[in-house]
Amino acid sequence: MRILLPVTLVAALLAGTAAQAAEVKIGFVTTLTTGAAVIGKDQQNAVNLAVEHMGGKMGDLDVNVIFGDDGFKPETGKQATDKLVKQDDVTFVAGYIWSHVLLASRKSALDSGKFLISANAGPSPIAGKLCHENFFSTSWQNDQTPMAMGEVLNQQGVKSLYIMAPNYAAGKNMVAGVEHTFKGEIKGKDFTKWGKGAQLDFSAELAKAKASGAEGIFVFYPGKAGGAFIKQYQQAGLKDIMPLYTVFTVDGISLPKLQAANFEGVLGSKTTQHWDPSLDNAQNKRFVADFKAKHGSYPTFYASQAYDSMFLIKSAVEAVDGDLTDMDGMRAAMKKANYDSVRGKYTYGNNHMPIQNFYLREVVKDDDGNWTTNVVKTVYEAHQDPYAKDCPLE
Amino acid sequence: MMQKLKSGWVTLGIVLALGILPPVFLWSGQAFYMDLATRLIILAIAAVSLNLILGFGGLVSFGHAAFIGIGAYCVGIPTYHATYGEFGAIATYSGLFQILLAVTAAALFALITGMICLRTKGVYFIMITMAFAQMVFYLFVSLEAYGGDDGLVIDTRSEFPLINLDDPLQMYLFSYASLVAALLIVRTIIRSRFGAVLRGAKDNNERVVTLGYNTYLYRLTAYVISGAICGYAGALLGNFTTFISPEMMDWTRSGELMFMVILGGAGTTLGPVLGSLIFILVEEVLSHFTIYWHLPFGIMLIAIVLFVRGGLMGLVSGNAN
Amino acid sequence: MDAALFFIQMFNGVQLGLLLFLVASGLTLVFGILDFVNLAHGSLYMIGAFVCASLTLLTGNFLWAVLIALPITAVVGFFIERIVVRRLYHRSHLDQVLATFGLILVLDTSAHLIWGPAGIAVPLPAWLDGRVELFSGFVVPSFRLLIIATGLVIAAGLFWLVNYTRLGMLIRAGASNRTMVSALGIDIQTLFTLVFALGAVLAGLAGMLISPITEASIGMGGEIIITAFVVIIIGGIGSMKGAFIAAIIIGLIDTMGRSFLDDLFKIVMSTEAAETSAPAVSAMLIYILMALILALRPQGLFPPKVR
Repeated sequence: MRILLPVTLVAALLAGTAAQAAEVKIGFVTTLTTGAAVIGKDQQNAVNLAVEHMGGKMGDLDVNVIFGDDGFKPETGKQATDKLVKQDDVTFVAGYIWSHVLLASRKSALDSGKFLISANAGPSPIAGKLCHENFFSTSWQNDQTPMAMGEVLNQQGVKSLYIMAPNYAAGKNMVAGVEHTFKGEIKGKDFTKWGKGAQLDFSAELAKAKASGAEGIFVFYPGKAGGAFIKQYQQAGLKDIMPLYTVFTVDGISLPKLQAANFEGVLGSKTTQHWDPSLDNAQNKRFVADFKAKHGSYPTFYASQAYDSMFLIKSAVEAVDGDLTDMDGMRAAMKKANYDSVRGKYTYGNNHMPIQNFYLREVVKDDDGNWTTNVVKTVYEAHQDPYAKDCPLE
Repeated sequence: MMQKLKSGWVTLGIVLALGILPPVFLWSGQAFYMDLATRLIILAIAAVSLNLILGFGGLVSFGHAAFIGIGAYCVGIPTYHATYGEFGAIATYSGLFQILLAVTAAALFALITGMICLRTKGVYFIMITMAFAQMVFYLFVSLEAYGGDDGLVIDTRSEFPLINLDDPLQMYLFSYASLVAALLIVRTIIRSRFGAVLRGAKDNNERVVTLGYNTYLYRLTAYVISGAICGYAGALLGNFTTFISPEMMDWTRSGELMFMVILGGAGTTLGPVLGSLIFILVEEVLSHFTIYWHLPFGIMLIAIVLFVRGGLMGLVSGNAN
Repeated sequence: MDAALFFIQMFNGVQLGLLLFLVASGLTLVFGILDFVNLAHGSLYMIGAFVCASLTLLTGNFLWAVLIALPITAVVGFFIERIVVRRLYHRSHLDQVLATFGLILVLDTSAHLIWGPAGIAVPLPAWLDGRVELFSGFVVPSFRLLIIATGLVIAAGLFWLVNYTRLGMLIRAGASNRTMVSALGIDIQTLFTLVFALGAVLAGLAGMLISPITEASIGMGGEIIITAFVVIIIGGIGSMKGAFIAAIIIGLIDTMGRSFLDDLFKIVMSTEAAETSAPAVSAMLIYILMALILALRPQGLFPPKVR
């Protein structure tokens, strides 16, 4: 008798995959469990908002987004991708916050002939040697944002720098990026433990940074580590002696929390990015306003990229009149980046990474007293990542 | 007697179903369930290896995931060098070499750590095995060349004569045959005099020592065999996922393996297979419904420990209390 | 190496050690006296942090929040003991490990449901948020000084409790001879519940103290529980003195490893390799220490006398 149990379970699973009406299936892999789920939730909200804004349709096809959870782990992310590709048979797999998850999942999606669209991660191999005709990014290559920051540091006459980042693919890319353009002296560097059990107490590293006598400190701490870092930076009293320069650390998730706890140390700190909630274009205004109305806070850059990824897919589906077998047609359409991006117009390089502007932003209070960011100036115009030349694609 | 017969039939039924059902999934176009079944089989091999020392030897190893990791990296590292150069001595796609390397490395690691771990008892043993696994975890995190924390993509699966692991069905059947072999090995060991000593030492170590057996050596041998089989499972897992990372050796993975053994019924030959089956299926079904699936899953784990003694095999044969 | 930096790092190491001691002391009490392996001890640390964080935002004062959160954590501990833990005392360590493994999933997911995935940042009153110059050139964040002070006070309190009070005597007796305590007419069930709740409070307090530095977040318990186990195994299960000494040693090793290992590695390997491997190797150090100590003394540094 009891052996029947697993059999019925399997049957129940099989029943869930019946054929559907005319629709475009999109898999979206992001982080829905663990503490990093806050980022995944933000992306999920943005995707749902995008689908709502397009009236649930891409051309004549219904939009069906299936979310997969990477559990903040490369292996789980790969399993989620496998499931979307093999069981749900999606046409597009989008998402991917984390570089190591994207690297692990890449083969699963691309080998089975699906489009892979990164809505955040931009590790260097995927922009260079491992570039692929069916891979597109609606974010950036990891090195670009810190390169812009290095440029800003040069312009501001910062002579020496202390660097801290988590010890994983993106962390190393970020450090490589700022080192690429920063002309002053690097006084010291710390890579801290990341992933599950990530280090969040930076007392030892901050003491080293202080002792190094550097003129500024550059950090990359996405997610909850960012808030933790900024607090300890303030508690250690570094604000007046070592200004803070960040990438991907201060965002719509960390700012409300820091504001609730009144950590004013972050106000006035500088960060670079390809997008900002204050950018002046119709698509962005609608996105930011509706997102705020619905969820009560500013969208993060993660959300903006997720939102864009849906519209990029829409442009492809509409270009081939909903003929999802026309991979070449959809690829050619996406390559044009012919849609209204919330960052404004951009183009694609040979490696399908955006060639786009990067802005210097500052943390400020908005008219309602909420903490957000504002564009100070444009650092790069139409900037391409340094790995594009390693990519054999035309 | 009747109960014995009944559990024998159930056992046979499960093994046969595992052999027949997954290929049916494949033919009916459910490739994903084929993948699920392959993962299940490979984890079952690891659970069977753990059962040898945990179920029959009473040695609660909380670090068995380390062997899986070692085995997986023994596939990943030679493949990496065969693809990208350097270290000609181990650079090869040959599956026979990789599996031999995996088994040897895991056995060696088991021998060295076992010598130290087996000096301790009870909860100290649980924790020291976990400590060694954490060491291996951080060792691979520090190996920058092989991806560190980010892990390593295995570009090419192990190459065997006549077998092509890129084919899902062959991958599955290869794993299935390996599982059957592992079960036969464990069964043979347990039914031998060696197994009798091992089981005797679990129940009453002093008595077996008085009889003139050096139980430390027996346990060490069992620990090494268990580690070797688990390393083999790791080599398969690496081949199956084509992606390996230190995450595979996380302490929670060791906990999950322990759970599969206990869930199915520690100290029964087929318990771990049944345990892995239920564990993976329930995980899959629950995570299908909600992202908060860890909550019912955790409650289920607690309830099983509290109310289902002897595991599912105990239930099947009607021995549960 | 610069002497001032060295002393600062010693200070940071001791602070980390005392925080670890708070978690480990509860664990060693429960483990040593109740003979119960509680993997979910880290989840109590997380619950303490979340309760305190919510209350801080509610009352606007961190210290009030801690005072209210402490009894709440005790109550949570009380119910966990009554509902789950109590049924496991007479079970094997294996069963306890597995059940509390399940308990981690339950508690962490419940926290996710109650407080959301975002985590909560905890503000400090201004006088705690600044810095203190202990002596010339030695400036430390005042809150970290508070952690050290709290850790020392709690340590002293626990020594007194275990060694000089009637409760402590009962606790020690309960560990070595349960039937005798019961024969004395003492309700051992209640005693055990109290000890478990005390353990929960200690873990919760540690969580409350760390939350203004990092934040209250899901999964923070899993990050510390393994280290806490290493502490009590090195110290000898059930030994308060052992837990204290081992916690300080591990706090120092961890901090010193993070601070100076990369410079040390740069002598023998390339800068790039040193920077990436040093953090992992420093994380390995505490496990190496544990294996070494257990290889030499299979019951830790201060094994309990009766067992």
